[in-house]
Amino acid sequence: MATVESPMQRERARTIFEKSKPGRRAAILPEAEVPEPPLQELIPASLLREEPPRLPEVAEPEIVRHYNRLSRRNFDLDSGFYPLGSCTMKHNPRLNERVAALPGHARLHPAQEPKRAQGALELMWLLQESLAEICGLPHVSLQPSAGSHGELAGLLLTRAFHADRGEARTKVLAPDTSHGTNPASVTMAGYEIVKVATDERGGVEMDDLRAKVNDDVACLMLTNPNTLGLFDENIAEMATMIHEVGGTLYYDGANLNAVMGQSRPGDMGFDIVHVNLHKSFSQPHGGGGPGAGPIAVSDRIEPFLPRPQVVQRESGNGSGPTYDLDHDRPKSIGRLRGFQGNFGVFVRSYTYILSLGADGLAEASETAVLNANYLKARLAEGRAGKYTPIAFDRHCMHEFVLSGKPMKRELGIATLDLAKRLLDFGFHPPTVYFPLLVEEALMVEPTETETKESLDAFAEALEQILAEAEADPEKAKQAPYTTPVRRLDEVKATRKPVVRQPLG
Amino acid sequence: MLAAIGVEETAELFAQVPEPLRLNRPLSLPAGMSEAEVYERLAELAARNADCEEQVCFLGAGMYDHYVPAIVDAITQRSEFLTPYTPYQPEISQGGLQAMFEFQTSMSELTALPVSNAGLYEGPSSVASAAYLAIGATKGRRRFVVSRGVHPHSRETLATYSEGYGATIEEVGLEDGLTDAAALAAAVDGETAAVFLQSPNFLGAVEDVEALAAAAKQHGALVVVAVDPMTLGVLKPPGECGADIALGEGQPLGNRLDFGGPSFGFFCGSEELIRKMPGRIAGETDDVEGRRGFVLALQTREQHIRREKATHNICTAQALNALAATIHLAWLGRQGFRELGELLVRRTAYARERLAAVPGVELLHEAPVAREFALRLQVPVDRVLDRCAERGIAAGYRLGREYPEYEDGLLVAITERRTRAQIDALADALGAAIQAERGDLVGNSATKAPGGP
Repeated sequence: MATVESPMQRERARTIFEKSKPGRRAAILPEAEVPEPPLQELIPASLLREEPPRLPEVAEPEIVRHYNRLSRRNFDLDSGFYPLGSCTMKHNPRLNERVAALPGHARLHPAQEPKRAQGALELMWLLQESLAEICGLPHVSLQPSAGSHGELAGLLLTRAFHADRGEARTKVLAPDTSHGTNPASVTMAGYEIVKVATDERGGVEMDDLRAKVNDDVACLMLTNPNTLGLFDENIAEMATMIHEVGGTLYYDGANLNAVMGQSRPGDMGFDIVHVNLHKSFSQPHGGGGPGAGPIAVSDRIEPFLPRPQVVQRESGNGSGPTYDLDHDRPKSIGRLRGFQGNFGVFVRSYTYILSLGADGLAEASETAVLNANYLKARLAEGRAGKYTPIAFDRHCMHEFVLSGKPMKRELGIATLDLAKRLLDFGFHPPTVYFPLLVEEALMVEPTETETKESLDAFAEALEQILAEAEADPEKAKQAPYTTPVRRLDEVKATRKPVVRQPLG
Repeated sequence: MLAAIGVEETAELFAQVPEPLRLNRPLSLPAGMSEAEVYERLAELAARNADCEEQVCFLGAGMYDHYVPAIVDAITQRSEFLTPYTPYQPEISQGGLQAMFEFQTSMSELTALPVSNAGLYEGPSSVASAAYLAIGATKGRRRFVVSRGVHPHSRETLATYSEGYGATIEEVGLEDGLTDAAALAAAVDGETAAVFLQSPNFLGAVEDVEALAAAAKQHGALVVVAVDPMTLGVLKPPGECGADIALGEGQPLGNRLDFGGPSFGFFCGSEELIRKMPGRIAGETDDVEGRRGFVLALQTREQHIRREKATHNICTAQALNALAATIHLAWLGRQGFRELGELLVRRTAYARERLAAVPGVELLHEAPVAREFALRLQVPVDRVLDRCAERGIAAGYRLGREYPEYEDGLLVAITERRTRAQIDALADALGAAIQAERGDLVGNSATKAPGGP
């Protein structure tokens, strides 16, 4: 379907390298102030580079224009509703950015002696304590850099825990609804993944679990509420079952935003929890990071935590506690990365926790659940209810999953088409085709920071798109029309990958 | 809203949480605070850190106090870059995807390897990620040979991950600051999946990567080289030295220190490795009307598609930090990047000579260096660091924790922010500290009671 090109569409993408002109530049460097012998007198010529890398040659105004132009080709959370399931696209308070940029945080060298970084270590300790309370588990390591890193940490902790008892177990269980990172982490940690089925209410199929639990099971990984947005009521029984055979219970904290101050993974029986600070604790997602994935663990896992660990020490002279990095942890699994973790993320998340406080966090989860259930109710009406019914129809927690199966059957448009048409309406689509067990899945997570008006507007857009599709399904199949580019050929990008700008 | 849902109150929605699992009490955390109060509290914490505005910083060890140009902050703080998720919907994510493509181009240019991914978490975990790739690429070999010149955090992270990989590690020592080439050649065998080098190495010495790589290649092991990106304007790039994979800590490029993160890891490789790479990779394509566009390419490597067979488990990485690097590199540009490298080498040479002339200080090694160098002090390093701190100088990194053989070692890093006057001030501070410590040592031994403990 041909359309009139918008100005942004008319302007073809050109990289900064294609804007380069020899001799142009932005940076002015300081004078050397020291003798300037030829480099070969300082480093053998055989170790030196002959030609500098072909970085772009562009003046500062053009750099600014270039990246501002690129920014306008992005949709972002500050521009509109972003109900991306499992990703918790909540508002990112700008106070967090301001305090993270204070020189005492931003220009603090990671190898600064602990006695001259007391503010940073205290902040980390306070965040550890806060996350321990929220998760209901006594010990926290802030080291993992993201959720998947936390998962790997948890599995290596599990391995160390079993090895310490003279056991070498081989299997890790996870539901068929689990995030892709779960099985990927399991393989990296040297375990074999065993999938557990989902029952008709959307929870773990208990008979299937029972059949697969034995003393070769190292760990059960769960998300609760799960990726269908449903709280698994059998969690206590599952915990008992796993603990009876000596396994550990791992909590994928991607969905923690549903239960802050409401229910705690530690109280559910979990041994290890990762927390996505870039989800529940408002670190901006940055177009794919940075994040942080601290882990909270039970007493029996604590000896194996990564090192160094931030600790509080009593000063003994009445001048209050001091904070230190404890490297002396003989049973530790070791380091997962350099230095102490993504401290800038810790500053933002601790700021968020201080801002909301105990009641605010509980209210955030309550509102997230309210918003999800309201939007679910709105989408049960009208055409959405007919063509994209809820996959498991009961009260949800912070997110829910629709199935586009009737839409595909009756209107001939797939979930992908619906998602692409939503782009023309100014919405970021829900997560699509996940979880895998729901056909043509749409996973919707509105978060607590959306108003009733934006939820209504989304429901109305969906209604309008489906009404349009009844009359003319082609409209959705060819969508989007208004975005900087239209549907892209992803197959070509994979078959003949071009992953850098060729330079002449 | 409650009426639309069909409940009386929100609490009913939580009925699915079994009663014994409900918290039913407030979290034991402080009450919320106003924005102004929170700001004051955070400012108070920040004030208790000796940052690089308060101290003249000669600390390095992988992260460096470079100047981050103002445009990096201005652009990366834009909502459009700060607040989107990973670009799963390419039609509305062209800005982020093109920025990744440009990042990949820059890193590919720096390392002289054809393929770069869009970034990993940070340096040391990127080393461990290369090890995972190497196991797959060598059909299951599970032995790594690692130079002791590789960052201790990288070596320790590799050891942590290797417990999961079921792999073993053999370390090769240093001779006069450089990897022992003969020992390396002897350590590599037909079971070796990868050899890990770093240049400049942790002691600041520029390794002859080409010669070391040749030994590794004889047995079909992958050569993985960790590099400091800021030196690649002047040092021979790993791609010209036989490296299969070049990676490293990206912080020096456009990212602030942040007490260690967030920064990013870069990961570049040869063409043959493209389908085994970890992490996101942006690729060029066309839309249905022939416009140039960008997408996440080769997603079938990744966990959200491939699950347990994925090349890595990574999902959220460090896109915004990679963007900062891309902008910084464009700002430096081809000439500026080269000049910065030259400036670092020359100021480092000046500082090394100046400090080695201080009584009580000698060079730990005499190998060529680019931006960091190691000294030996004749008095305890921690005491010297304390005395320099009193003069507002963070004199360097104490080598003793990770290298017991260099208990007297001090690692000093130079950036374009460290002026000649600051280097001279460090020389004075070191001299004074050593003199004072020697005085104390003499004094202590003079007053020591005979037969005392």
